[in-house]
Amino acid sequence: MSQRFKDIDYIDLLLWLFRAVIIIIVIWGTVAKIFLGRGNAYTADDWIDFFVSGLSQGSLYALIALGYTLVYGVLFMINFAHGEFFMSGTMTATVFVALPLSASGFLDEHPIIGMLAIMLTAMLISIGVAVLTERVAYRPLRRAPRLVPLITAIGASFFWQYFFRGLYGSSLVPFPELAVLQGKYNLFGIEILKTRAVVVVASVVMLVGLYFFVMRTKTGKAIRAVAEDKDVAALMGIDVDRTIAITFATGAAMAGAAGVLYGLVFRQVHFFMGFVPGIKAFTAAVLGGIGSIPGAALGGLFLGVIEAVGPPLFLEGLGIPGGHQLKDVIAFTMLVLVLIFRPQGIIGERLAEKKA
Amino acid sequence: MALLEVTDVHTYYGNIHALKGISISVAEGEIVSLIGGNGAGKTTTLRTISGLLRPQHGSVTLNGEDLHQYKAHQLVSKGIAMVPEGRGVFARLSVAENLEMGAYHRNDKDGIADDLKRAYALFPRLDERKTQVAGTLSGGEQQMLAMARAMMSRPTLLLLDEPSMGLAPVLVELIFSTIADINKEGTTILLVEQNAHMALQVAHRGYVLQTGEIVLQDSAKNLQRNAMVQKAYLGID
Repeated sequence: MSQRFKDIDYIDLLLWLFRAVIIIIVIWGTVAKIFLGRGNAYTADDWIDFFVSGLSQGSLYALIALGYTLVYGVLFMINFAHGEFFMSGTMTATVFVALPLSASGFLDEHPIIGMLAIMLTAMLISIGVAVLTERVAYRPLRRAPRLVPLITAIGASFFWQYFFRGLYGSSLVPFPELAVLQGKYNLFGIEILKTRAVVVVASVVMLVGLYFFVMRTKTGKAIRAVAEDKDVAALMGIDVDRTIAITFATGAAMAGAAGVLYGLVFRQVHFFMGFVPGIKAFTAAVLGGIGSIPGAALGGLFLGVIEAVGPPLFLEGLGIPGGHQLKDVIAFTMLVLVLIFRPQGIIGERLAEKKA
Repeated sequence: MALLEVTDVHTYYGNIHALKGISISVAEGEIVSLIGGNGAGKTTTLRTISGLLRPQHGSVTLNGEDLHQYKAHQLVSKGIAMVPEGRGVFARLSVAENLEMGAYHRNDKDGIADDLKRAYALFPRLDERKTQVAGTLSGGEQQMLAMARAMMSRPTLLLLDEPSMGLAPVLVELIFSTIADINKEGTTILLVEQNAHMALQVAHRGYVLQTGEIVLQDSAKNLQRNAMVQKAYLGID
């Protein structure tokens, strides 16, 4: 018995305490909210609204998180410039396609064709930026120590931010509002904002499509082979450089599409828009288990919902004013908790020695 | 002219001079075995031939064509396949997907399907486990998979790196009899082995490698009778 206590050092104890405190705070807040009715009184519709907005925000995180997870899967590198792939496509598509189409009235006459054109432009620009970044900044560092490409990625992120600021200026650019997406759908008696519904549906379609691409197609299998062993993949005749470029392009395409959906919801874009969603999506990828595609999807949705439901639920229950402004605190507290207590993420596997 | 001609190859790992002027030739239809101790440069030789490493000096030709104008992944379509040391199966891909990767450079669907049937006929165990991920296979099964996967590219030259490593004696027998079968069907084989006993039994000719240099080359029969080989590699005093 005394031997058992000897093995527990005080850091473990501190971590356990930390975990217990967080759990108690969350439970206490939740109980106080539900049973004591602290804070604002919300109706069932309000809660559904929180949940749905969390779901739509979360599906955006999921789409962006895929880029982090895919690149991490093949290169074991966190591509911090990924938020800029998200921004670059949308900024360009808004300025050169969305605004002109909206001004000419085409977007309201043919909303589907218009949106597809905007999305395609955004995806192509994002892919271009990603492939260029990979070729110029990352590929020469393939055999460098792991810290080097990480720092390069942060540099690339700044480069693209200020490159696009130089192109489009630093002011907010309004994203056009689509007439058909104004108002709400009524789904089994539940009112859902049309834009949010479109975001969720489009994201799910893309997530499923990507999963199919990676699991079933020859290129997808090559991506997984390269992720496991680059030398052996080359011995199979797989062009490793090309496959890595395709991986970046795939992640960037998802980010570009997510950017347009972001524009639909928030109706404005600017050169710095990639930063916070990028960091949040990175959090989501870690949360789900970085390297895992279902993990990124799950982590994104989970983060989005917790961010939206958490503040009215347990922050208000604790009597904290302005809970919604603290949603970032919740997100990053979760990141810290996951890194401490479950570094492999929700459904990730423990890293094999080779990758650790 | 020999199928594979390695001429005076020098390969470095950073500052380490791993291969110090190696010359090997393998004729069509042969099994040639490369034996030597740990760190002799056996794996380096294979990695140089398969294009994963670049020699600083010297040339490697297949059918007279210089191989080092190509990248590693382009050599597969030139007819070179390699079973790497430690088998190198893709642990998270299924058995069937691993085999499919072996035929990555090919586009003839019917031919691939035929070869897939042949691979499963050669190793029925793989057929039973085709939907299983390769990481859950036993060592012997992974070796079978690695060999079947290499054969999926229809190689003219198959490079095998320590196929017997870590396997039970029964499986070693099976692997070596399969090597002989593959050779009889027309594939030329360059075999690297620590198990010199088995290697010289199946091979036609052999080279002995010591610290990056070829110290001996002869027919497999003569090598088995050579006093130095017997003492150093066959455990016979």
